[in-house]
Amino acid sequence: MEKLTHGATMPIPESEVTWVEEAKLGLWEQLYVPALVAGLKTTLSHMFKPKITEQYPEQEPKLPANYRGVHRLNRDEAGRVKCVACYMCATACPAHCIDIVAAPAPPEWQKDGREKYPETFVIDELRCIYCGMCEEACPVDAIELTTLYDLTGLSREQMIFDKEKLLSVFDVTTQAGTDPIRTRSGPLGPASEPPPM
Amino acid sequence: MPLFDPYTTAILIVAVIAGVMGVCAYLTLGERKISAWMQDRIGPNRVGPGGLLQPIVDGGKFFLKEEVIPDHVDKVFYVIAPAVALSTALLALAVVPVGATTPVPDPVAVTSPGAVDTFYQHQADYQSQLNFIIAPGLDIGILYIFALGSLAVYGVILAGWSANNKYSLLGALRSSAQIVSYEIPLGLSVLGVFLIVGSLNPEKIIAWQTANGWFIVFMPLGFLLFLTSSYAECSRLPFDLPEAEQELVGGYHTEYSSLKLGLMLLTEYVHLVTASFIISVLFLGGWSFFGLEAMIENPVAAAVVKLLVLCGKMLSLCIFAQFIRWTIPRFRFDQLMNLAWKVMIPLTLLNFLAVMVLLQFQMPLFILTFINIVLFLGAGLFGVWFRGSMSNPKRRVVKLPPGLPPGVTFAGR
Repeated sequence: MEKLTHGATMPIPESEVTWVEEAKLGLWEQLYVPALVAGLKTTLSHMFKPKITEQYPEQEPKLPANYRGVHRLNRDEAGRVKCVACYMCATACPAHCIDIVAAPAPPEWQKDGREKYPETFVIDELRCIYCGMCEEACPVDAIELTTLYDLTGLSREQMIFDKEKLLSVFDVTTQAGTDPIRTRSGPLGPASEPPPM
Repeated sequence: MPLFDPYTTAILIVAVIAGVMGVCAYLTLGERKISAWMQDRIGPNRVGPGGLLQPIVDGGKFFLKEEVIPDHVDKVFYVIAPAVALSTALLALAVVPVGATTPVPDPVAVTSPGAVDTFYQHQADYQSQLNFIIAPGLDIGILYIFALGSLAVYGVILAGWSANNKYSLLGALRSSAQIVSYEIPLGLSVLGVFLIVGSLNPEKIIAWQTANGWFIVFMPLGFLLFLTSSYAECSRLPFDLPEAEQELVGGYHTEYSSLKLGLMLLTEYVHLVTASFIISVLFLGGWSFFGLEAMIENPVAAAVVKLLVLCGKMLSLCIFAQFIRWTIPRFRFDQLMNLAWKVMIPLTLLNFLAVMVLLQFQMPLFILTFINIVLFLGAGLFGVWFRGSMSNPKRRVVKLPPGLPPGVTFAGR
């Protein structure tokens, strides 16, 4: 048989493959029964170990703070929606589930430097894949994913969350204390700051 | 107990079948609970206290499910198959002792004038005893169970073939190959028991063990081999190739639904219960328990104790089978065949040979224990000597000679 040259088509060069011999079995292993007893010892000892089952409906799971559940729209100190309608979350969204209509901010908001605000802010929770990219894209930390995981609805319309619903998620989760505000920027975030020199 | 009384027999049949069905139902719960505990889970705990009503709900579910008979099946055999499987499994229970048994008295040789009276005395004694066995005094006893155990494969083959589905057929083929192979060590490993007792009758085997000690002491290797091959016969997990879910969807019962599937699953548990009863009778002394049953004077209490002892042994073996199931991974099919033909059959033959030699030269039975241990260790040493290449051949690993440029595949052998 001639030597075959594969060149670049070979996924792994043969020289990089390490061949490992099967371990040799001694008398103890060849008898099978001691190995079986060792296995039984492991499984039987686990029968008396503490169980890790969570009794779900009665016992709520402890979720990590970075769990990606239902979205919320954060409020600022004055209770106004924090979003500046920059469309960065809608652009980042791979599922195209965010729909924003921007409007000029009311005059009293403009005193704080707010130029725009979202007139409507709709997230289709059924299209969302809960990837968290909106959260990463947001320059003012206005959109966050919460640890609410048991989201259900009776119709598709119910699962389309508008601005009021998203703000109410903020109220519920901050009052319950499950999801503290994770804002790390100033009142308007880095987008409102002058670009670094 | 008279030789044949239709009412007693009918009551016994109902009691045995009801008992076995109940045990089977709770074995399914046990299976789920044990697997859960072993995996640090809790298991079913919603239906009834601690999940105790789960089997009833599961059974009810089988009744209420839609019964689908696919268009492409061979309808006659498709419908017959679960019935064949379950009825052969249940028929085997006919000769299985479930409690106290008394062996039929031996014939009396007419040597003195009182022989006929002695005979009638023996018969009267026998008929006054309780016999917890549906068909008592059957001399082909265990042979009948083996015969029906082999018949059980017809249910599987009919199911697999009539389903007209490649997964079912593969499962059925595997099952038949497996059962044909393991039937041999199953039979050979207990031939020694029959030779020593001189009877196939389960009552006589129990009576011999009560008098002389359990066979697990004399034939530990025989017990191990019988236990292993009976797991293979029941398609329990280390040998559940016929319905390997990961490879064959559901195996031979892929196309079954509703109560037919329930019957198929029930069959396996009935096989397990029967096998556990037979192991208790053949190797663990049946209803005897270190002389406990002999201490009780009251015949009814003694019968209850014997019933509890035998059923306790059966249940312990069933639970042990479940421990094994959740401990050992499944064999590969070639390993399964190698184990049967290259390890177990030679060992059972040698064991059988040892029994024959021992009986021929009338040597004491404890030598058999010694021979069994030597055979077991010898098989291990044999495996070490040949590095397991006899029982479990390995692929040759070809190492790359040094100095080949990258990208060049070494094709030398």
